[in-house]
Amino acid sequence: MDGIKHNYPNPFPRNWTSIGLTLLFVLYVIYSVEAMGLSWPRFTEGLSHAGDLLARMVPPNFTRWSLLLEGLIESLEIAVISSSIGIFLSLFVGLLAARNFMPVFVSSTVRVFIALCRSFHPVIIAILFVKSVGFGPLAGILTLITASIGFIAKLFAEAIEEISLKQVEAIRATGASFSSIILFSVLPQVFSRFIGFATYQFDSNLRNSTMIGIVGAGGLGGTLFSAFQRFDYDFVAAILITTIFVILVWEFISILVRRIFT
Amino acid sequence: MNQIDYHWERFTLKQRLLRYIVYVCFVSALFFSIRTVEVIPEFFYDAPEQMMDLFSRMWPMEFEYYPQTIHAAIIETLNIATLGTLVALLLALPLALMSASTIVSYSWVHWIARFFLVSSRTVNSLVWALLFVAVFGPGVISGVLAIAFRSIGFIGKLLGEALDEVNMGSVEALKATGAPTITILMKAYWPQVMPAFFSIILFRWDINVRESAVLGLVGAGGIGVVLSDSMNLFQWRQVSIALLAIFAVVIIAEIIVVNIRKKLI
Repeated sequence: MDGIKHNYPNPFPRNWTSIGLTLLFVLYVIYSVEAMGLSWPRFTEGLSHAGDLLARMVPPNFTRWSLLLEGLIESLEIAVISSSIGIFLSLFVGLLAARNFMPVFVSSTVRVFIALCRSFHPVIIAILFVKSVGFGPLAGILTLITASIGFIAKLFAEAIEEISLKQVEAIRATGASFSSIILFSVLPQVFSRFIGFATYQFDSNLRNSTMIGIVGAGGLGGTLFSAFQRFDYDFVAAILITTIFVILVWEFISILVRRIFT
Repeated sequence: MNQIDYHWERFTLKQRLLRYIVYVCFVSALFFSIRTVEVIPEFFYDAPEQMMDLFSRMWPMEFEYYPQTIHAAIIETLNIATLGTLVALLLALPLALMSASTIVSYSWVHWIARFFLVSSRTVNSLVWALLFVAVFGPGVISGVLAIAFRSIGFIGKLLGEALDEVNMGSVEALKATGAPTITILMKAYWPQVMPAFFSIILFRWDINVRESAVLGLVGAGGIGVVLSDSMNLFQWRQVSIALLAIFAVVIIAEIIVVNIRKKLI
């Protein structure tokens, strides 16, 4: 009896490549902290201001509720209009981008267009639209339509590519036209997922419409930004609380809607 | 027995009514919004012309401007995105562990974790940036913290969900040998969530690269500062080169992420 023989390989061998990569990453972090001039005193100095700021934020000031309500309603309007138009357009764009229904040159061009819509942050698109159509909710609507197409059309195209072709063939066998095939065999299969995307997109448009006001595209963001610039931090707190509340209410409604449609 | 049900209906009456209620609510909301939103139609008809005017001012791009300012700003943007993701990861890890029911069994701990995760997600990154600029003053540190605080909710939620789906077999096996908690975490949980972990981090980094490009508009460092300076001076040829740089970086980041993901999974 000479004990247990350790002639099996270690189940947890040392992985030199991952150690090397971790070391590289640590070096990068040290370099970037140095390069950007981040330091601990800078951070702690800020923290004392943070206490100050929080003290000025409580209690939230709701006395200018009419201004708040105006901005909020505008944000909601922007979100509703841009989501409806954006989702309606994405239906067609998504269909054009589905590889199993369209020839390659159509689907690939449409896909490049979708990628273009998606690759810029909404705020940058908002800047361009504010310059071309002026300040106000119109710029916000156009921005969020672009953002919705970039997101919904891509997901919708993927959903269409995953459908079962049996029903399509069955409808085609009856001699149905192309539009009937789409209406009666493709749409019923993707509809419930489509509702999911649509509620999600409305949620994200609502969040974004409270933000793009910062560059002048209408909505609650403009109210928020001017409150920041006037150092009205108690009003800022009121706006933030309202935004969070509205988004939570929408999350609740969207759960209900999704339950109805599944 | 051989009676055929001629009146087959896909949905019950209740289902149909509920659906119609949703449709009616939606249409009335849309109608109300279109009626009351303050859009000036003249501006809309004018839009294509104004757009062409904008693009003609943007062309030709001022390529000399790239090495002077934009290159450094782009590097700074990437650093903000990476450091922000890292800080978010450090803060999100404990919250993810707290929110996973396979690790902690007290529901009040779950609710605390969930509260922090949800509040981090509902505030937009630009709003976080405004807050941090008010605290730390304009600069890179506000950008890093804004990115970090916005990402905590995303990383924490997805990581918590990944931990919830862990197979308890290997955890129990390790527990039976009397292994300490840290060993159980490292050898039972970690191997199972590792693929999800890396894909969540990469996905968030990709999003953060996009977001950190605009943080500078409120003074939180990166390419956005250059962009907003050029716009305020109406230097549209500099704006277009900055936009091109952002576009290139976003595309490169996406390609990198897709390739690493293919290797990992």
